[in-house]
Amino acid sequence: MKHLLPVLALLAVLFGGRAAAAPPLPGDSVYNLPVQLTTQDGQQQMLAERRGRPQLVTMFYTSCQMVCPMIIDSLRLTRNALDPATRAKIDLLAVSFDPAKDDVATLKSYAEKRKLDPRIWTLARAEPAQVRQLSGVLGLQYRQLPDGEFNHSSELILLDAEGRIAARTTLIGRLDPAFVKAIGETVNKP
Amino acid sequence: MRLRLALAWFGLVLALPAAAAEYAALPGGTFASVLPADGKAAAAQVAPFRLRTELVTNGEYLAFVREHPQWRRDKVAGILADARYLTQWAGADDLGEQALPRQPVTRVSWFAAQAYCASEGARLPSWYEWEFAAAADASRRDARADPAWRENILGWYSRPSNAALPAVGGAANVYGVRDMNGLVWEWVDDFNALMVASDSRQQGDPDLLKFCGAGAISLQEKENYAVLMRIAMLSALKAADTTNNLGFRCAKSN
Repeated sequence: MKHLLPVLALLAVLFGGRAAAAPPLPGDSVYNLPVQLTTQDGQQQMLAERRGRPQLVTMFYTSCQMVCPMIIDSLRLTRNALDPATRAKIDLLAVSFDPAKDDVATLKSYAEKRKLDPRIWTLARAEPAQVRQLSGVLGLQYRQLPDGEFNHSSELILLDAEGRIAARTTLIGRLDPAFVKAIGETVNKP
Repeated sequence: MRLRLALAWFGLVLALPAAAAEYAALPGGTFASVLPADGKAAAAQVAPFRLRTELVTNGEYLAFVREHPQWRRDKVAGILADARYLTQWAGADDLGEQALPRQPVTRVSWFAAQAYCASEGARLPSWYEWEFAAAADASRRDARADPAWRENILGWYSRPSNAALPAVGGAANVYGVRDMNGLVWEWVDDFNALMVASDSRQQGDPDLLKFCGAGAISLQEKENYAVLMRIAMLSALKAADTTNNLGFRCAKSN
């Protein structure tokens, strides 16, 4: 504990200082919702820490055989369709509907199997109540079935740098040109 | 000095809820829900739980808002509660003349209802828990097959919604829970799990992909449209939505 105190004080200075410098969040930012994520590398991260860079966000689960691989493919396809300058300015985030099965190791091996570059892709889990809250704030629906599968809506959502939902698409499995256009406009807004 | 102590004590008493909310124990069990667990025909399993006997009232919610100012209508983030949040009150921390302390609080979002329940060491009930509790009448645990039970609910639906809401404290059902049917609509924790097929029917071919897994669920007990209407309403809501007749109560796991 004695050794921890200076560390805590340092953290308070670092983060307290940063929080004080940042302007208040807009009321329509999803970052108003406190969600604790754990990434495929076991890193703890508040959702709001992603503020500052636009994000392409989706929800999925790794054991899903049918649509979820296509959700990941669609994210990749969408990113690849962006011009390089735009591409360099966004991050990808996929949060699991299934925190019971999708632990850190499962997310990690899924990312490796699907060749998802960790510098670009964050796969994450959260505690069940927070998964429900995150789905609520993103406007997604899901329901666990008795066999362990999930019924869920499949969408890609664009958050601007402040965490506001700027665009979304339900088109999965092929490219949505309107969504790609919206990403370019949002990311390169003067 | 003594006066100051007395005032401090008085302030403390004021800060506490007038009376701790009452929760009734419900046994749970296997339950024929209108919403089959597997989307086809499987019964729902409800674990034993406790349910608030009364809806959360304006008075109780006011005490919560005073304790947690981030939930005042003039402070709350728009993404957590829409512009109609608590607008039936005279002020951000004042009920005024129109909103009565014993009326159920309405115009609260799902996020707000969750936060209130957390402040009581509780959570929102799941749809199955809610449906299980609402199936009872004064003497039976499952009165749903009785036409009188359905008529009673449908009678409530047909009442105009611009009349002032009655106070909580209606007749208790067999578990001692009040006002499950006939006063307000209620949030449930998994409101966004109650998918009804309409979306996937409206769309063209990408539509098949809108829902992963078993596809949209089918509804059972079609004659029980009094309950189905509630599901239709809940599944149309977004988490920040508030409406004139939508309130909540809380639940606890055993």
